[in-house]
Amino acid sequence: MLNTPPALEFKSSTFFAPILILYTHDMAAIEQTLQEKINLAPEFFRDSPLIIDLRELNKLNQDLDFVQITQLLRRIGFFPVGIRGGSEQQNKQARTLSIPIDTVREQGNPITIGEAQKQEDVPEVAAAKEPVSPIAAPQASVAATLIITQPIRSGQRIYASGDLIILSQVSAGAEIMAEGNIHVYNTLRGRALAGVHGNTAARIFCFDLQAELISIAGDYKTSEDLNKQTYKNPVQIYLQNHALIIKEIA
Amino acid sequence: MARIIVVTSGKGGVGKTTTSAAIAMGLAKTGHKTAVIDFDVGLRNLDLILGCERRVVYDFINVINGEASLNQALIRDKNCNLLYILPASQTRDKEALTQEGVGRVLDELSKDFEYIVCDSPAGIEKGANLALYFADDAFVVTNPEVSSVRDSDRMLGILSSKSRRAERNEDPIKEYLLLTRYDADRVKSGEMLSLEDVQEILSLELLGIIPESKSVLSASNAGIPVILDEKSEAGLAYADVVARYLGEKRPHRFIDGKQGFLRRLFGGRK
Repeated sequence: MLNTPPALEFKSSTFFAPILILYTHDMAAIEQTLQEKINLAPEFFRDSPLIIDLRELNKLNQDLDFVQITQLLRRIGFFPVGIRGGSEQQNKQARTLSIPIDTVREQGNPITIGEAQKQEDVPEVAAAKEPVSPIAAPQASVAATLIITQPIRSGQRIYASGDLIILSQVSAGAEIMAEGNIHVYNTLRGRALAGVHGNTAARIFCFDLQAELISIAGDYKTSEDLNKQTYKNPVQIYLQNHALIIKEIA
Repeated sequence: MARIIVVTSGKGGVGKTTTSAAIAMGLAKTGHKTAVIDFDVGLRNLDLILGCERRVVYDFINVINGEASLNQALIRDKNCNLLYILPASQTRDKEALTQEGVGRVLDELSKDFEYIVCDSPAGIEKGANLALYFADDAFVVTNPEVSSVRDSDRMLGILSSKSRRAERNEDPIKEYLLLTRYDADRVKSGEMLSLEDVQEILSLELLGIIPESKSVLSASNAGIPVILDEKSEAGLAYADVVARYLGEKRPHRFIDGKQGFLRRLFGGRK
């Protein structure tokens, strides 16, 4: 108790961040579409970190000013924390903005952001003399399943880099996320986001659906859009042609 | 080593201080040397409920800052000589609390007390976080209404992630539910959440239901913990809570409001 604690320590950790894949360099169109998305779920997007993916755009040989897009995103409330698939010029711009750069892995491997969760943390990481890339290489092995037996309370966030299995209830105001499938063998009242790195084959299973929000690979529904018939029932949720299908488990 | 109990809720006005005073008195009355600490720095109340406000000289912050010794600041209760009160400072704010200072005071108290009851302020800021940080047991005080239940749920999340036990990967804090200001008639008419409704969301071990009672207010105003009022339902309910906490098995009462012939005789409140 009386010993002075060390000034700092390093820990490795994984954070969740949505990836924004751009298909056009038309700033007005980007802004409009983003604003529409935000209006659908303002709480979900508020102060969200964001990784900007320019691979598709560069495949189309459309040039985009990275400074401009960063300013646009910051203005509407995002915290850009990474760039991937950028051209040499764009990467250079990112470096001057202290935004970490991910070199493209053509397999489309998921990337994980280490350390820098908050946007304010990024400059420090990037400014280090010999920066350890905050964008770590993905684990080669299949990510382990995370099993949780404790209740997930309001305000708690759980992230699994593989499947997530929860044997207790998930309270309203809690947030559970997995790169793979989510199983909740109890009541799901909070938000559940499966396939957060874009795995459209991910599914959500739960015993009692009362969720505030469900999402698979970025396609989501809020509790308002949930069907009365499936409410409070055991269901599985999966993606079919970009539509979330909620099906009762008999 | 003392057992450290935090009385917490998230939401304000649900009965944390009333509960802290009652259970601290109850523990002391059953022969356990108990200290109760007011963590609500700047909004000092516990001393009023315990009727010792005119004997406050030094406070918790003075002890943390080394301006007074623990013995100088502790006030011995006039009704029970095994109960001591460490009042909050009224002139300072929560920023005066430090983790190191609180830890030091609790360590020192642990040496000759059996139980330390920490009366948490409302909210989830510094005062509340420090009140629960060192706890072994948590009494989560909840009213039968949705916002109180939601806040308690949030508090339970903090208890399981931001306590010293969680940080050290020790056994988690033992969490108990105390449903206060429960009005069986209003539950029946659907105005209030029932015990089942609350338990569906919180699913905690129920330590007791404290019925809404006029005696709580009059006891607070008189500066006598309601547990000493053996004629009031709230007082009896708190005595049950203490007995259950100490391991005694007692059936829950006051759930359906049929208690006592006096109530039936006079019709009760509709």
